[in-house]
Amino acid sequence: MGTKLPILELRSSPHMHTPLDVATIMRHVVYALLPLCGFAIYAFGLSALLLIITVAASALLTEHAAQRLSGKATSLRDGSALITGLVLALTLPPGLPLWMGAVAGFIAIALGKVMFGGLGHNVFNPALVGRAFVQVAFPVAITTWHPAFAPQRFSTLIDGSLTLPFLQPATDAVSGATPLGLFKFEHQNSNALDLFLGLHNGTLGETSTLLIVVCGGYLALRGFLNWRIPVAVLLGAALSAGLFHLYSSQTYPDPGFTLCSGGLMLGAWFMATDPVGAPVTPAAIWWFGLLIGAITVVIRLFGALPEGIMYAILLANALAPMLDQLTQPRVYGHPRRPR
Amino acid sequence: MAWFGRQRNTFARGIHPPGHKETEAHPIRRLDFAPRLILPLNQHIGKPAIPIVHKNQEVVRGEPIAKADGLFSAPLHAPATGRIEKIDLMPSVKGPKVQSIILKVYSADDQRVRYERPRNMNTLNGSAMIAAIQETGMVGLGGAAFPTHVKLAVPEGYAIDYLIINGCECEPYLTTDHRVMLEWTDDLLAGIAYVQQACGAPRVLLGIEDNKHNAAARIAARLPADGNIEVRSVRTKYPQGSEKLLITVLTGKEVPSGGFPYQVGCVVQNAGTVALLGRLLPRTQGMIERVVTLSGPGINKPGNYLVPLGTPMDYVLEQLGFNGSAGELILGGPMMGTSVASLDVPITKAVSGILALTRETITQQVDGTVYPCIHCGRCLQACPLHLNPTQLGLLAANRDYQAMQDRYHLQDCFECGSCSYVCPANIPLVQYFRIAKAMLREQVA
Repeated sequence: MGTKLPILELRSSPHMHTPLDVATIMRHVVYALLPLCGFAIYAFGLSALLLIITVAASALLTEHAAQRLSGKATSLRDGSALITGLVLALTLPPGLPLWMGAVAGFIAIALGKVMFGGLGHNVFNPALVGRAFVQVAFPVAITTWHPAFAPQRFSTLIDGSLTLPFLQPATDAVSGATPLGLFKFEHQNSNALDLFLGLHNGTLGETSTLLIVVCGGYLALRGFLNWRIPVAVLLGAALSAGLFHLYSSQTYPDPGFTLCSGGLMLGAWFMATDPVGAPVTPAAIWWFGLLIGAITVVIRLFGALPEGIMYAILLANALAPMLDQLTQPRVYGHPRRPR
Repeated sequence: MAWFGRQRNTFARGIHPPGHKETEAHPIRRLDFAPRLILPLNQHIGKPAIPIVHKNQEVVRGEPIAKADGLFSAPLHAPATGRIEKIDLMPSVKGPKVQSIILKVYSADDQRVRYERPRNMNTLNGSAMIAAIQETGMVGLGGAAFPTHVKLAVPEGYAIDYLIINGCECEPYLTTDHRVMLEWTDDLLAGIAYVQQACGAPRVLLGIEDNKHNAAARIAARLPADGNIEVRSVRTKYPQGSEKLLITVLTGKEVPSGGFPYQVGCVVQNAGTVALLGRLLPRTQGMIERVVTLSGPGINKPGNYLVPLGTPMDYVLEQLGFNGSAGELILGGPMMGTSVASLDVPITKAVSGILALTRETITQQVDGTVYPCIHCGRCLQACPLHLNPTQLGLLAANRDYQAMQDRYHLQDCFECGSCSYVCPANIPLVQYFRIAKAMLREQVA
């Protein structure tokens, strides 16, 4: 026969595959985080820039070293360690000593991710594991807030930033409280528009509700995150906050304040949506989000801390496998499960 | 949560792979006869046919050369006038060699169909019609190759409400049913009447994906006035052409797990199958050729060709120009088709397409990197049966095949490949499931 015999590859069907892969998803999440980092630097200046770089570098180095120690090829290219580093940095207060940021990045990857077996195997959101660690280890530094848009922010560092390792920074007397802290401890309300735009104090990335929704919305529209999770979280928070507000509008804040203050937005769009710690069945995803929103509000209103999103997500991460088990979808051709 | 068939004109979930229907405007053309035809005796699901010819016997085009072995089997007919060279084991698509009749084609012959006679179709009632259909050797042309008459012989005690004609052709690249519906419209309508007679269905629903509007419009314009045939547009989505999903979309009924369409009063036939029956039955002719889509970047002259059964792959590729220096050859569609190892395998009754994907297209589509599962749940959003491929995949990795079967309904999976298609971690999910099913079969055996 005239046809030259080609080398034929044998594959099992399907022979087509979507061009989308894990690295592409992660890359777009990084793109979506960059405007938030940019706004953080604009609002808090040089200290914010250095803190973001430190935390991200620490996370990347830890990931790389762990892969090398276990004799595997480096996994930095999948982008997940960079996301962990950036998300973690955005949850930290601007004046946090850089060495504490490095510790947070190390713990996030080492304890939150590598110990479980790396990407895809971690139970908890690694960034929040790092954040929870520094919350417990450095309770003062992590709750020391610095005012946004300080005049000298691009030329000088915040006092605490360069504290030497293993030392605590000198407490800053003029530190600016966050809207959540103001409400909880001093019963002061904040300007709603300032909250929405991000013209107030807080952690690096949590302040601008508008920017978070735009960046997260981009990921949702492109299908890089499951939109049901942030919607469910916000719905859960708004509903439970609304219930308390109806009961007593004097004691409890309105749902708008709940949604726009603190880390709820950042957590809903960028942390609860980490698929590794989230459930997979359609029903469980809604329960997961609603639970996070409700627990956040309960912690905020009745706990000792002004903010609850971190523990809410970590708790829901732990519950995710059980939610999956309880909500297995009905398969085509099978009878509805008796309740 | 899961509620099947609630969405309009489609099922919940599924995927949207690129259509690649590049050959949809190519009219059906006849392919020349290869010098030798290879005719496996097991071109259908069921018992292999029994040869009724011997070595060196001369046969004319259309003459039966193998008879059905009982009810669950289909006969074979000579696709060309020629001489039986031998009956021997030959390579097959599935791997192991199979008993095949090798036919040396007389190149000087004009290859008219000589073995046929007109039949009065009005005298055939239900069971005689089913017998006549079995005589044609017809099998489902969509790819499963289930003998057509078996599906029409509805067991005692079941009444059929709907005959469903499947004109979805949801696999990318394939355009055979599209062309057949467009060009053989009258044959299709005649075939529908025969099949309706055979299974006793009072109503006919013709499901056509909405990327084939011209075919749907053409059929709708020629429908008989009695109004028992209805053309329904369904949304273009993979795997819309799955028998069970199409039943649910068109009738709202759900075929029980492990059950058959007749249990919900439906019989489903592929549009191409019915149209070919419409051509064969009035002439008392057997199935000797079929329409095949030849497409993919590796083929110089893509199109829809009427190919004699038994034509070897290398002959087809030689005729149509295979330009890929290396690549993958797929029999059937890219989602559920089989890639072939050798070019001497023949076109059988089940082959709906030959796709020549070059190395460039393969590497463009499949990045080799396999990542760990990140639990993104895209496979759950893709699985048309609402299985949990994430969990099934994790269990498969642990070789816990029993749990896959007992708790996560592995046996319901019909291997459409949607989960593997969407997986951003490139995990070969459906491939795992095939292995799991094979391991479970072996345990039982």
